[in-house]
Amino acid sequence: MTEEIIIAGFGGQGVLSMGKILAYSGIMQDQEVSWMPSYGPEMRGGTANVTVILSDDRISSPILTQYDTAIILNQQSMDKFEDMVKPGGLLLYDPNGITQPPTRKDINIWKIEANKEAAKMGMRKIFNMIVLGGYLKAKPIVEFDNIILGLKKSLPPRYHHMIPDNEKAVKRGLEIIEEVQKI
Amino acid sequence: MKKELRLMKGNEAFAEAAIRVGVDGYFGYPITPQSEVMEYLTAEKPHERTGMVVLQAESEVAAINMLYGGASCGKKVMTSSSSPGVSLMQEGISYMAGAELPCVLLNVVRGGPGLGTIQPAQSDYFQSTKGGGHGDYRLIVIAPSSVQEMYDFVELGFKLAFKYRTPIMVQSDGAIGQMMEKVEIDEQQKRFSEAEIIKNYPWATTGKTPDRERNIITSLDLDPARHEKHNIELQKKYRKIEEKEIQYEKVQCDDAEYLFVAYGTSARLCLKSIQLCREKGIKVGLLRPITLWPFPKDIIYDMADQVKGILSVEMSAGQMVEDILLSVKGKVPVEHFGRMGGIIPSPIEIADMLEEKFIKG
Repeated sequence: MTEEIIIAGFGGQGVLSMGKILAYSGIMQDQEVSWMPSYGPEMRGGTANVTVILSDDRISSPILTQYDTAIILNQQSMDKFEDMVKPGGLLLYDPNGITQPPTRKDINIWKIEANKEAAKMGMRKIFNMIVLGGYLKAKPIVEFDNIILGLKKSLPPRYHHMIPDNEKAVKRGLEIIEEVQKI
Repeated sequence: MKKELRLMKGNEAFAEAAIRVGVDGYFGYPITPQSEVMEYLTAEKPHERTGMVVLQAESEVAAINMLYGGASCGKKVMTSSSSPGVSLMQEGISYMAGAELPCVLLNVVRGGPGLGTIQPAQSDYFQSTKGGGHGDYRLIVIAPSSVQEMYDFVELGFKLAFKYRTPIMVQSDGAIGQMMEKVEIDEQQKRFSEAEIIKNYPWATTGKTPDRERNIITSLDLDPARHEKHNIELQKKYRKIEEKEIQYEKVQCDDAEYLFVAYGTSARLCLKSIQLCREKGIKVGLLRPITLWPFPKDIIYDMADQVKGILSVEMSAGQMVEDILLSVKGKVPVEHFGRMGGIIPSPIEIADMLEEKFIKG
């Protein structure tokens, strides 16, 4: 199994850390992983994206132009990455801030109101973990328990008191994600 | 025993390996995309873990001369920088090669020339493998293509540096420096004590004792006859390195009709291009030079009997391709494909280029 994922949104949405937790979850289940961020001038304000690959085999290119899954969190990223999802692949997005929803007919589409939900829960910072939970529902490539282990590994110990809230957010994401289009 | 696994950036893995192999001193100056090396070392406080010194010098020129001083005393010393910073170090690197001083240098290459860009490139191949500084010298140049190799090549680098008393360049790029992968972490090794350095490195300036002559570390000799002799000895050493230290990796070469030659990030891109080509029935393999100098010329010469064409893939205008042409000696067509200025080619682009250059044409 190889899963090639792009996660894209604004800087500050937790795009890079979501990717890191996902990559660590892969390590927890003995997979090969890679995490390749955009580190150019765009990360100093504006869009941020990260390519994450989980695989049972040696990973070839950490940099890609076609993805099994795109997790899209703003309109600029929708414009850039919708076309790069492989036919039959998965596009997952948060409609908040999206003015033009995806139009592809040959991919599976899911949406998650993670931003709204994070506000409702009173914890805007766990937005990315709600999205991650949603992704797990749409494509259960990692075990829930490994996500929590991955979270522990990627957070410095001084933030470990926040793990229960993050766990709650992942669970909430699993519940609220909606399937928009199945092919 | 199962080794500890961590998710790390290439730059961080390089820094952690430095502490683990018992490096005595790191001297550097920050520059994107390798600043995480010193940031990681500073945060880890290796002076508390092993006694290792980490110092931010006032410039790259100062840093490389601090390496000269440390290496003269038989210490394991290292630095890291990115292209413009490595250019500044060239005088010191030539001096260290001339004075036969071991050290490990890391270049996390970015697009040039000049200040260029902060994005990944491979356009410093000529600088690393053909000189860079002045005089008849060579660097051993090793090119990691994964984060694990960023970790492993610190130990390999010091092994070769002290075996041959010569500076080693680890030639990486912005992509491998910045990306995270799984890394197996080794046990902590002890730094050498003063007594061990005196015993292991009798050439080092560790303080004269009555039973031996003074050890003098210098690259200067105003007597041409003596200096030519020194040069002849250096060349003998380089021939021995060419004979013994070549390293490369072959991927899917057994049935290959075409061959990619690529190192570092480009080699990773080519692994994907191989999958894409083979899905179309095009049998292509990869030869990945691990040592850029000494260059694996004999194996490429041999592969030229088997394949119909060789595509050199580099993020440059075409530098390594010259060494491939010299190795192949005209036996098969050799072409270059590359992007410049910090653009990373896509695996699809590379696969298409192989078809365009050798099959459709």
